[in-house]
Amino acid sequence: MAHRSTWWKTLIGVVLTLIMLFPVYWMVNIAFTERSAIRSGDLYPKAFTLENFQRVFTDQMPYLGTSLVVALSCVLVTLVIALPAAYAIAILRLGGARTVNFLLVVAQMIPAVVMALGFYQIFTALGLLDTIPGLILADSTIAVPFAVMLLTSFMSGMPSSLIEAARIDGASNWCIFARIVVPLSRNAVVTTSLFAFLWAWSDFMFASTLDAGGGRLRPITMGIYDYIGAQNQEWGPLMATAVVASIPTALLLIVAQRYVAAGVTAGAIKD
Amino acid sequence: MTSATASAPTHADARRRSRRIRPTTWAALGFAAPLIIYIVVFYVAPLAQNMSMSLHRFTRRTFVTGDAPFAGLDVYGEVLADPTFWNTLRQTLIFVVLSIVCQYSIGLALAVFFNQNFRLSGVLRGAFLVPWLLPPMISGTTWQWMMDADNGIINRIIGVFGIDPVWWLQADHSLWAVIIANIWLGIPFNLVILYSGLQNISTDLYEAAALDGCNAWQRFWRITFPLLRPVTMITLLLGFVYTLKTVDIIWIMTQGSGSSQTLATWAYAMAFGKGHSSTIRYSEASVVGTILMVIALAFAFVYLWAQRRDEEGR
Repeated sequence: MAHRSTWWKTLIGVVLTLIMLFPVYWMVNIAFTERSAIRSGDLYPKAFTLENFQRVFTDQMPYLGTSLVVALSCVLVTLVIALPAAYAIAILRLGGARTVNFLLVVAQMIPAVVMALGFYQIFTALGLLDTIPGLILADSTIAVPFAVMLLTSFMSGMPSSLIEAARIDGASNWCIFARIVVPLSRNAVVTTSLFAFLWAWSDFMFASTLDAGGGRLRPITMGIYDYIGAQNQEWGPLMATAVVASIPTALLLIVAQRYVAAGVTAGAIKD
Repeated sequence: MTSATASAPTHADARRRSRRIRPTTWAALGFAAPLIIYIVVFYVAPLAQNMSMSLHRFTRRTFVTGDAPFAGLDVYGEVLADPTFWNTLRQTLIFVVLSIVCQYSIGLALAVFFNQNFRLSGVLRGAFLVPWLLPPMISGTTWQWMMDADNGIINRIIGVFGIDPVWWLQADHSLWAVIIANIWLGIPFNLVILYSGLQNISTDLYEAAALDGCNAWQRFWRITFPLLRPVTMITLLLGFVYTLKTVDIIWIMTQGSGSSQTLATWAYAMAFGKGHSSTIRYSEASVVGTILMVIALAFAFVYLWAQRRDEEGR
């Protein structure tokens, strides 16, 4: 067996992973610990309780709902902007594509503070401050440059024979885009959507500046922030909220890893 | 990633292009129009707004009335003359450089380790991604509690070794606290990129080196490290840009108190009157924001220059 001599590497790997994931374990541990026992710092929830999670479901549901709406809409906005743009750059060979690429790289370097400050003034003028559409638009700026670049490089790898054949059959640009290019880009679309969702879900900067007065229509990061800002910080419900807010991350990671792997192997078999 | 796709057109390219669909410029523009409008409205406009704010004297009152007087470069001068700026810049550089160096070295060591394909290596590598995918503010909250002076698990652990409790989140220690948390946050990203870089190095090279009697240490420094250079450069560039503009993890842990204030958190506090900056100072915030951008761009140009020199050297 090839693996026999490497069992100690697996052992080291497991130990390293446990160290790396310790903070995550600690979050879960606190989330299940009774309020009175939190300060004793037991290595496992000795004083086990589900009370913290009950608090989450009574206090945090509206915020979780808002986050879901914001993150999903953000995915939609990102795709609506990025898919046609990538098609124009990769398939229709848009002139000045290099300039667009350069702009996208620079766009990713703009500090979020600068963006937030600019948006704050523009949104004040447009009445978009403390609204969900405003937050969706602001959050989408985190993902759009990445999405255009990823989709462009994916579409550039498509066999041109397919598109030529469709063109000879008299298919319009729109038809080629909607019927051939987009369906074939499925894996890249999944990857893009995953990141757009996660970034919008995780956003703190825009939520805390552009939607601070949104009341119950604020995302979960603000729900957590309320706990942090409270006079006597309640670590149990706080960590329970953190656990619940981490669930989509974990779920999406598992689903998308399969998609990404499928894309890689499909390409390998074709070659 | 982008430079690879933007390579110079070759003859084969030109031939393929003429055989391919004729570049239908109008259609291309039509499909790109949403993005072009988007760039103008959502990047250029906020940037222009920011620039304009840094050149006018905005206060809470003039922000509302909209008659902020033009100040030219006065606000820039004031910020640069402020000793707080230079102190914050120093802290920012310590934060960024230490974070990146540690993230990169640990990420590289782990990538080399996981590249050996032992049992469970794929699963464990997947588990390493978790800190990267968690919302940073959740990680920040967890680290804040772990670093609590009285009840935190970290002080308890170092107490076992006879070390006195550290007030992690206060005064001079707070910079170290946020650096530690930020390194933890950045390791997965470095691991992923460097691991994919390692996958592209041919195993033949290692076999040849082994035949020539190179030990593992020599193989790493003579083969792996030099061949990873392009990947290393892009990793460091992205790490620099992302770390420079980090706000959430620092803000959640310390609110930029003590030595953990960086240019980004300082700008955030001034722009929105948060934390220790109870008065809103729009103009100063946008000046600091502009300076942050200039630093990031300067670093990007150094990267482009180094990349070009590398390509010419080959």
